[in-house]
Amino acid sequence: MNNHHLNHLRELESESIYVIREVAAQFERPVLLFSGGKDSIVLTHLAKKAFYPANLPFPLLHIDTGHNFQETLDYRDELVKKLDAQLIVGSVQQSIDEGKAVEENGYNASRNILQTITLLDTLEKYKFDAAMGGARRDEEKARAKERFFSHRDEFGQWDPKNQRPELWNIFNGKKNMGEHFRVFPISNWTEMDVWQYILLENIEMPSLYFTHQREVFCRDGVWLATAPFMKLRETEKAEVKTVRCRTIGDITCTGVSLSSANTLEEIIDEIAATRVTERGGRADDKRSEAAMEDRKKEGYF
Amino acid sequence: MSFSKNGYLDMELLRFTTAGSVDDGKSTLIGRLLYDSKSIFEDQLEAVKRASIQKGNDYINLALLTDGLRSEREQGITIDVAYRYFATPKRKFIIADTPGHVQYTRNMVTGASTANAAIILIDARNGVTEQTHRHSFIASLLQIPHIIVCINKMDLMDYNQEVYESIKKSFTAFSKIIESKDIRFIPISALKGDNVVDKSINMPWYNEGTLMSVLETIPIESDHDFANARFPVQYVIRPLTEAHHDYRGYAGRVAGGVFRKGDDVCILPSGLKSKIESIDLLNDKIEDAFPPMSVSITLKDEIDISRGDMIVKADNMPEISQDIEITICWMNQKPMRIGGKYNLMHTTKEVKCIVKEVLYKINVNTLEQITDDKDVSLNSIAKVKLKTTKPLIFDTYNKNRITGSLILIDEATNETVGVGMIG
Repeated sequence: MNNHHLNHLRELESESIYVIREVAAQFERPVLLFSGGKDSIVLTHLAKKAFYPANLPFPLLHIDTGHNFQETLDYRDELVKKLDAQLIVGSVQQSIDEGKAVEENGYNASRNILQTITLLDTLEKYKFDAAMGGARRDEEKARAKERFFSHRDEFGQWDPKNQRPELWNIFNGKKNMGEHFRVFPISNWTEMDVWQYILLENIEMPSLYFTHQREVFCRDGVWLATAPFMKLRETEKAEVKTVRCRTIGDITCTGVSLSSANTLEEIIDEIAATRVTERGGRADDKRSEAAMEDRKKEGYF
Repeated sequence: MSFSKNGYLDMELLRFTTAGSVDDGKSTLIGRLLYDSKSIFEDQLEAVKRASIQKGNDYINLALLTDGLRSEREQGITIDVAYRYFATPKRKFIIADTPGHVQYTRNMVTGASTANAAIILIDARNGVTEQTHRHSFIASLLQIPHIIVCINKMDLMDYNQEVYESIKKSFTAFSKIIESKDIRFIPISALKGDNVVDKSINMPWYNEGTLMSVLETIPIESDHDFANARFPVQYVIRPLTEAHHDYRGYAGRVAGGVFRKGDDVCILPSGLKSKIESIDLLNDKIEDAFPPMSVSITLKDEIDISRGDMIVKADNMPEISQDIEITICWMNQKPMRIGGKYNLMHTTKEVKCIVKEVLYKINVNTLEQITDDKDVSLNSIAKVKLKTTKPLIFDTYNKNRITGSLILIDEATNETVGVGMIG
């Protein structure tokens, strides 16, 4: 026996920091995709740890659908200021205005899919060769096979049958001109790990994750927040409920859960008792059984 | 139970891989582990119920839980390594779920590379087969510290103890020729749930732990190399700000041994010596750095150190050479070229190499050495000699899985085409 062992959170932390440093070492123009959600907040925290006391050696990139919670934007700007980091915003509205993306219509209209167009455009504009994201393998079936270093062709596409083998902790980031990588440093984390780590490290979180009063309506069994651009069906009724967000994305497809959890401890206990996956509240995944796989092939996060 | 209390913030992490042939019930076993440990959410279970009915199954087909990509669902087979997660109050688990067909040796090697333990499934009706040999050999080649042999489908053999004992005996006889320190046997039925999470009432003659209890308790604290202090430098942190003007931290992940403040160290390949000034992670000063910690080390002296160098202790040196002998597993459709040039990645270093010679190939089913056929193609395992453009700083793989492993990369396509274990 020896007393030299790391607990699961420290082991995950150390693996992620290794991957983030590997990105900074192997690529010329890396970027960190920051959505304002808990996973990208943890990713940013890990990046800060990886290079401290130096500043982040890469900018943060926010793909802004224009349908954000104001709290997300406030949190983002505050964080950027604290880290003294560079922030780049890719605007979906601008992609629509320039005719590169076409807005969806109807009740379930979402800009979630349009994000891909803006993301690929922004990556190309700034010549980013590696984009780090906070995706986790436990989130969804198609992600279970994702590599840490995920190779994308010139069109930003992912070929699930032609991925590079990834062994030990050797990451092959070599590529040809025009190709780039998506890198997922927290691949091995679960939702529970993320929250436990936030508690362990005492990371400040956006208020949306904690219980609050919000005007919501119920659609297909999922509670959604009302917003000026959300169309309600006749049968749907807006009402004020005590809720919190379990994931944070675009308002149009972020389900909120009825919850009175007000502290990190309460959130963790709530997750431990929850019987539905966090993506169960994401309307975008329900469109078809292979929804995520299709979006990933197109170049989604 | 409260996952925010100290005990739950302090669990161990165990990575394991599963190997089995197409019909050994591997997906069912994983489904069973996830289901019985209550790691399946309602919406996932609903989806599986729907899919089971659609397929005409008259039970909830737990194997469907782990079917990932659409192309696999169509073919009903797993084609790539998939990672699954679950936790019990004792440990968090990462499963590398790898397919077991002949042509997918490379996936099994991939899943095995980071595993603490391997589950090898044997169909009780068939006993030890060629595929069992292959799976065990790969587990031992990749130096997975713990092997758990699950003899599955005991329900189809009337839970007969003799069947179990006879398979155990023939596996033990075979396993003498592979190097494995810790092998355990468990009779199970993944379909019915016997001895997976809950103890079987059908096999009172088996008194050892269930699969879950073995996974929860096998000692893993010695799985890392604590003997040989190795710190491959990954990145140099130089803030160049007013507040930290002179800071120069060598960032990396400890690959072996224990480093402490004040230790005498030697930097390779230069051979220059210094002392550890501090070991940092964010604002924390760390007393002991050990595997697999990611830290930043500062030294007393200003020395020119860059990515690819290695910090070691002066009294325990790794090997340094341009002539490397490795056991290679070939991962690409395009066969290996003798005399061919490849890019090579080893720890944090990149060099080029030439394949000098194939000493022999290994028949993964019989473990026999083949010397009259030296074509190394997809899924081949062979002993080869490499010559590198610059010296590698390494240990043999059986000493250290990090400093003893490397990958070969095709110069034109940049694909990872071969993976090697030194020694």
